[in-house]
Amino acid sequence: MKLDLLTALNGERAARRAAIVVTTMASGAQRLVKAADIGRDPLRSLLAEHLRRGKSGMVECAQGRVFLTVYVPAPQLVITGAVHISQALAPIGKLLGYDVTIVDPRTAFASSERFPDVKMIAEWPDTALPPLGIDHYTAFVALTHDPKIDDPALAYALSRDCFYIGALGSKKTHARRVERLKQQGLTEAEISRIHAPIGLSIGAVSPSEIAVAIMAQITERLRAESQAEPPPRARPGQVEATAVS
Amino acid sequence: MLATDNDILKAAEDWRKQGRAVALATVVETWGSAPRPVGANLVIDGEGNFLGSVSGGCVEGAVVTEALDVIDSGKPKMLEFGVADEAAWKVGLSCGGTIRVLVEKVE
Repeated sequence: MKLDLLTALNGERAARRAAIVVTTMASGAQRLVKAADIGRDPLRSLLAEHLRRGKSGMVECAQGRVFLTVYVPAPQLVITGAVHISQALAPIGKLLGYDVTIVDPRTAFASSERFPDVKMIAEWPDTALPPLGIDHYTAFVALTHDPKIDDPALAYALSRDCFYIGALGSKKTHARRVERLKQQGLTEAEISRIHAPIGLSIGAVSPSEIAVAIMAQITERLRAESQAEPPPRARPGQVEATAVS
Repeated sequence: MLATDNDILKAAEDWRKQGRAVALATVVETWGSAPRPVGANLVIDGEGNFLGSVSGGCVEGAVVTEALDVIDSGKPKMLEFGVADEAAWKVGLSCGGTIRVLVEKVE
């Protein structure tokens, strides 16, 4: 790989833009296709399909065998509520490769002592959320239990293409939330995108266990899109480790 | 801290810009059960330091050794690893999968 191609690729990743490295196997020639340029590429339909599923792979085309390395942006996790659950959820999210941001206008909660090494925005959601670039690669989680903070944040997240939206609260709490969001003009279909009660049902009790349940559900949704696999391919004969040039 | 894809590619760029010799290994094909998906990266420098993974730790040693050859010759290599009874415990994949790994120099 040429260093300038690698530098350009890292630039796209830093800007949270998807890109694909196309390697022609016979010649070893490589090129970088930015997501915005896929429509103009000779391999556009193949590239678009692989980007949609977020999957790298070997493909056959007019140029012979070509390997597509698909680089989608790192997922980000945006949380409202600098609460006890968030103290566990933020490090778990970071461990899984997420860029984590916590939004909470209550400065007593949003302190750096409680959240070392986490990006913290002590503002109301209407100020804090729009600059975050909430996109398809974003999971949004509402944890404050305070409708003044969670409701506008959820309404904003629902207006974006997040792959996951979840909100803390019992079935009763969520039923009241649904009523409030409806009164604000959101449709039932929009509101049904919210996972609530939040998290996979694993009997979580402690704040850390609830964080695990939330992160497991986020992971399930993140991977759901790439689960539609093509049929399995024939496997080559049993081979020993070999090196071929 | 666990290396994420961003860290691995950034390390490849930074190491090269520091003047270190660098190779990039990428899983290009898998059959059966494979611990790392197609597209997974491992970056190796001329001293044998590495970041990332192409398997669950089963074949990294062999990939690093081959990468040092690639750094010397400048020629890319396609490596194939699969289970083969006893060999699985040497450098094969004990999970029973087969993987192909492209190793190329960053220049």
